[in-house]
Amino acid sequence: MASADEQRPGIRPRATLARRLDLTARHAFPASCTILLMLLTEVPLGIVDQTSLLPAVALASVWFWSLYRPGAMSPPVVFAIGLLLDLLDWLPIGTGVLTLLLTHGVAQRWRRGLSQHGFALVWLAFAIVAAGAAALDWVATAVLTWRLVPPDAMLFQAVLSAALYPVLAILFARAHRSIANPERA
Amino acid sequence: MLHLSIQARQALAKLTLPVLIAASFGLMLLGKADALLADRARIAFADALAPIYAVLAAPLGNLRAGIANTADLWSLRGDNAQLRAENEELRRWQSVALALDAENRRLKVELHWIPDPAPSYVTARVVADAGGVYAKAVLLSVGPNHGIKRGEIALDERGLVGRITEVGARSARVLLITDLNSRIPVVLEGSGAHAILVGNNSPRPRLLYWPEGSPPREGEHVVTGAETGTFPANLPVGTVHYTSSHIPEVEPAALLDRLEIVRIFDYGLNGIMAPEAAKPPPDRHH
Repeated sequence: MASADEQRPGIRPRATLARRLDLTARHAFPASCTILLMLLTEVPLGIVDQTSLLPAVALASVWFWSLYRPGAMSPPVVFAIGLLLDLLDWLPIGTGVLTLLLTHGVAQRWRRGLSQHGFALVWLAFAIVAAGAAALDWVATAVLTWRLVPPDAMLFQAVLSAALYPVLAILFARAHRSIANPERA
Repeated sequence: MLHLSIQARQALAKLTLPVLIAASFGLMLLGKADALLADRARIAFADALAPIYAVLAAPLGNLRAGIANTADLWSLRGDNAQLRAENEELRRWQSVALALDAENRRLKVELHWIPDPAPSYVTARVVADAGGVYAKAVLLSVGPNHGIKRGEIALDERGLVGRITEVGARSARVLLITDLNSRIPVVLEGSGAHAILVGNNSPRPRLLYWPEGSPPREGEHVVTGAETGTFPANLPVGTVHYTSSHIPEVEPAALLDRLEIVRIFDYGLNGIMAPEAAKPPPDRHH
């Protein structure tokens, strides 16, 4: 495998341009895929409550890639995705940034523990995180707009995020092993 | 590339997350201190995306129409019978309406009625949902030099949709009447009583502040009131519906969850605007 080759000390010829481009693309895949998915949720598909998809997709993406490819989903990248979320979702600025950064932090903290367990536990952990994220969004929105927002949107948000995660995780896991895998460059 | 020792780099990596979390609080404060800045960033974003969504909207619309058509084929016979009956009924109403219209015109002439100025309007396509989890709004794709201004009124073919809150070069945002921040002066058509329609992010906004002694009646028509100078009188808003806990709500006449095309009317009203929308008025010399 290429990685074993890279790990070995010694002098190697400089990587060709194509190879470097390939590596960059693979490294950038998690972030660009997340941003593309977020923009896609805004396309008028005519689904009822379509707006709830955007935060759910952002949260699931940040969670997955922070767990399995933290190098490609670094805090600055999460910050940028959060800002995009705030702008697209018309949330009070900073709310989405904070939520996603905290999600990233939790993923980093639980990474060791979760990596030894199967999908079910990762999903369960995500459901807890999603509930926390929805609650945080709700509180922040209520405080920043100084208005009591009906809490049913928050519940729906949490449930939708948790329900959407397996679908996205299957797609991401495929990409993680194939097109986004730097070892295959 | 900066060359740092491994320890320094590790320390920096550990610091990034806390620093960025602090920065997000800073962003919140900034957004609170200068709401206009955030709104400008959003509308700039919407401007960039609106043409893309507009291009996508046509094929997606066709696809949806195709699916709907196939579904319609199943219920064709039933629909046909129902439509024929409805058509009969409507024909009867049409003759009534024509007679009333003629009478109305005659009476206005008799009374030397000052006619309402005919509003100018533009039609725009709804390209995206510009709301979020806690906001109800839609994004319109409009050409350059569209002339749409903040505070103008959006209607679909059935009734009131909302008001323009942000205007960009190629897009405009309509805050729906169901949004949490929407407050609309209305008149209950039956009693002529004034009330305020308050959005609460649910599909049916609530009625508040009607005068004592004339509560809204179930099924009563609700139209806009002209008393604040933000709306012209008598635009159809919806019908009153009581919830199980006896709270009067309004079922909007407009199909707010299936908006495709809206008309933006300029009634030339410069009434009260929301504080965040307040801006020094542009110099106008007429």
